[in-house]
Amino acid sequence: MSATVNHVGLPRDAYKGAATTLCAGCGHNSITNHMIKALYELGVEPHLLAKMSGIGCSSKTPAYFVETAHGFNGVHGRMPALTTGAHLANRQLIMLGVSGDGDTASIGLGQFMHLIRRNVDCTYIIEDNGTYGLTKGQFSATADLGSMQKKGAVNTFQPIDPCAVALALGCSFVARSFSGDGKQVVPLIKAAIAHRGTAILDIVSPCVTFNDHDGSTKSYSWVKDHEESIADVSFIPFFEEVHVDYEPGTVRDVRLHDGSHIVLKKLGEDHDPTNRQAAIRVIEEARAEGHLVTGLLYVDTAMADFASTEEIPQRPLKDLGEAELRLSREQFAQFMSEFA
Amino acid sequence: MTEPIVNDLTIQAATVNGSGSQTANLVLTRAIFHMGVPVAPKNVFPSNIEGLPTWYQLRITPEGHMARSDKVDVLVAFNVATWRQDLTTVRAGGVVIHEEAFSTAEARTDVTYYAVPFSKLAKAKIQSDTLRKQLANMIYVGVVAGVLGIPWEALEHGVRRQFLAKPKAVPINLDAIKVGYDYWQDNFSKEDPYRLEAMTGRVEGKALVEGNQAAALGALMGGASVVAWYPITPSSSLCEYFIAYSDRFRVDPKTGEKLVSVVQAEDELAAVGMAIGAGWAGARAFTSTSGPGISLMAEFSGLAYYAEVPVVIFDIQRIGPSTGLPTRTSQADIGFVYTLSHGDTKHIVLLPGTVEECYEFARDAFDYADRFQTPIFVLSDLDLGMNLWMTPEFKYPEKPFDRGKVLSKDDLEKVAGEWARYRDVDKDGVTYRTLPGTDHPAAGYFTRGSGHDENARYTEGADAYANNMDRLVRKLETARHALPAPVIDEAGSSVGLIAFGSTHAAVVEARETLLSAGQAIDYLRVRALPLSDDVAAFVERHERVYVAEQNRDGQLFDIVRLALPPALVDRVRSIRHYNGQPIPAAAIIEPLMDREAVPA
Ligand SMILES: Cc1ncc(C[n+]2csc(CCOP(=O)(O)OP(=O)(O)O)c2C)c(N)n1
Ligand code: SF4
Ligand SMILES: [Mg+2]
Repeated sequence: MSATVNHVGLPRDAYKGAATTLCAGCGHNSITNHMIKALYELGVEPHLLAKMSGIGCSSKTPAYFVETAHGFNGVHGRMPALTTGAHLANRQLIMLGVSGDGDTASIGLGQFMHLIRRNVDCTYIIEDNGTYGLTKGQFSATADLGSMQKKGAVNTFQPIDPCAVALALGCSFVARSFSGDGKQVVPLIKAAIAHRGTAILDIVSPCVTFNDHDGSTKSYSWVKDHEESIADVSFIPFFEEVHVDYEPGTVRDVRLHDGSHIVLKKLGEDHDPTNRQAAIRVIEEARAEGHLVTGLLYVDTAMADFASTEEIPQRPLKDLGEAELRLSREQFAQFMSEFA
Repeated sequence: MTEPIVNDLTIQAATVNGSGSQTANLVLTRAIFHMGVPVAPKNVFPSNIEGLPTWYQLRITPEGHMARSDKVDVLVAFNVATWRQDLTTVRAGGVVIHEEAFSTAEARTDVTYYAVPFSKLAKAKIQSDTLRKQLANMIYVGVVAGVLGIPWEALEHGVRRQFLAKPKAVPINLDAIKVGYDYWQDNFSKEDPYRLEAMTGRVEGKALVEGNQAAALGALMGGASVVAWYPITPSSSLCEYFIAYSDRFRVDPKTGEKLVSVVQAEDELAAVGMAIGAGWAGARAFTSTSGPGISLMAEFSGLAYYAEVPVVIFDIQRIGPSTGLPTRTSQADIGFVYTLSHGDTKHIVLLPGTVEECYEFARDAFDYADRFQTPIFVLSDLDLGMNLWMTPEFKYPEKPFDRGKVLSKDDLEKVAGEWARYRDVDKDGVTYRTLPGTDHPAAGYFTRGSGHDENARYTEGADAYANNMDRLVRKLETARHALPAPVIDEAGSSVGLIAFGSTHAAVVEARETLLSAGQAIDYLRVRALPLSDDVAAFVERHERVYVAEQNRDGQLFDIVRLALPPALVDRVRSIRHYNGQPIPAAAIIEPLMDREAVPA
């Protein structure tokens, strides 16, 4: 029996990882499955993938997909720095970062913002449960005002919305989704990977153990009742032809750097994902109405990514040897003579 | 007039920060160096951009002593705010060149005054309004040259050398120097004994280089290709020189692309994180900082230690917190850095003691990092890093890079994918790693801190953890024998001296002085941590051993005692200097004279 393989000749099983150690029913596990599907369907070559993470239940998940790829479970909130460094050492790698809401919006907020500011080419997934899962249920900075902890404590602070922050900073790709919505998450992961620049994908991901009760705004039932998708997202990779059978005027097609496409089918009012002000407005309106808006909020395919701005060669810096990195004997002698 | 004092004097220029005095000081330094006379400049500057007092000391000795001196022979007093205080630092019989407007009423009578109307001269003789303040400093260069007899040709050289990149500035600066030179000739006759005369045999083949320049060149020659940093004095210039050298030497001549990436990070947490990310991915990477930045790098240093990621971290030491004496020198980070971070961490620390070693250790640090897959700290300090030092020219490296135990795709094929990231195959504690991007299904693994087995799989198993910890000890033992060995200079004295880093200059001078007073002192200079076995053996061979260093608590003293068998511990004593000024030889001579009862 020959297994079905993707366009790089690998079966879906090649994208699996170690068995999860997270709680049964954790939203993060669903995201892991979406990740496996997306990476398999995209045909990412495992050896070119670098799975980066910080600390938290969410940051453990890179162990649970593509076991044969390299990964780095770093320190709390500092995945962006490790990602930036590894990317500079080897531009050929596909940098895929996984973080949590505590990891991103509390301890790591500075690095999150500076990664976006530099537009480092990477995918940054926030598995957002509004709580500190791994340290057992303390509030995180993305918890909504008035939302409740399991034991009844009420959050009295304004939330930090990672998407709103990313948009304010001019991030080149901003999307939000829900772990329970594979139909939307999978194409968004693919699009984020295909995008050249920092792609922020905030995925609301219920913590069944500490934050899935009434009073939480990151629970399965709350999100199911309040989710409002701005468009149906499909992703067409560069190796497939675009054929769209929707009514003209009801779709938007965004072409990404590698020739792939995101096709957005309008739902109700049309959102233009290339209009940053509109994206900010959509978020603000949904917030006022107590809704969670999901989908591709914003994309800018023209912005230069960090390594390009810095004029770093495509050839990995890690592969350069003495001949390229050292001064020649003549250069060295000349240089020394200038100190005399 | 008394006997002439030739080529043996200390000039101190007391000026105002931000007034352009540094350029004048450097011109003077280069002019004297050009005469073949050894110079040792020390810049003592405040944490300020403009307005606070600053001092520049130029030590001149026929022997080429490079430590700071406590005694000033020639004072150039340019700062009215510190004038009275500065006057007290001059030795009896010394020279005071001062702004005429400063009052000498009731001032000392045991020094020779040369009062010069610097402000008036600047107003009358310097045409450019915008440059007047800067060029006024050049006038004192001319006066000093007049007093000490520096030939005009040497001054011309000094100016040309200083303005290599701005040849247009040469004539106007020389004109300003001429104003002072002529004023001295026309108005004074020599009343003091100090003179400079051209000499040979001391500075030939030598260059004037700052430690941070040397380290930047070392990093370049060591193959650093990813650099991340956050500005902090006294470390900034290391990265700034690295950037300047990279702009010159690391641009692909064919494509114009940069063969290096330098990131000014958002803080030191990010800087070290980027360097570690790059080291993990296979590039030679470094960051450079000073004490406050090292504090922020503590957590990441622990991760890199446990996950075994190569990275080079420069610490150009200064006095502790940012509010305090951030622009003054110190050697007080050594204890902190050695065990920086959480848990059972212990790091390899390189301790350059000369500018040449700043170059060599910076270069070789990347080999050590790759060989031992761990952070390598290079500890310099403000004195070594930011002052100009006379140094022999640096040598071109004869060895290729040592990239350590890295398995390529072919290597993995040969072992049929049978390898384990943390298995001690060679029994030296150093295991094999693969880099991301290696096209082999067995190459990938998930890097994490301490919770892993030999295969890098997750475990919290007690044995797996303890075994790994023991292996890390073995690895450090292997490294210890490969690090730069102590430099020992001994002649059978019963008294020994141990020092590291920039304290070396003061030790060299102190030993000469003590020897001429009849007390030979043997010397061991530590160049790396963990300590070599040579240290205990040295203590064993001596009755009393003094550890001299620039911190309050005797941090190396403690490290040395911990490494000794109990019977030897009592032989070791401590000499400490910690006032923010580079240690003078006197700080070593005096306690030794006292305790070893040398007739002064
Ligand atoms: C420097 C540091 N401080 C605190 C911790 C403890 N800690 C571990 S995970 C975590 C919170 C994780 O929350 P989040 O990022 O939301 O991940 P989740 O577990 O919810 O997926 C904290 C505070 C740590 N590991 N490191
Ligand atoms: S504690 Fe919450 S976030 Fe962590 S694994 Fe369990 S359900 Fe998931
Ligand atoms: Mg969380």
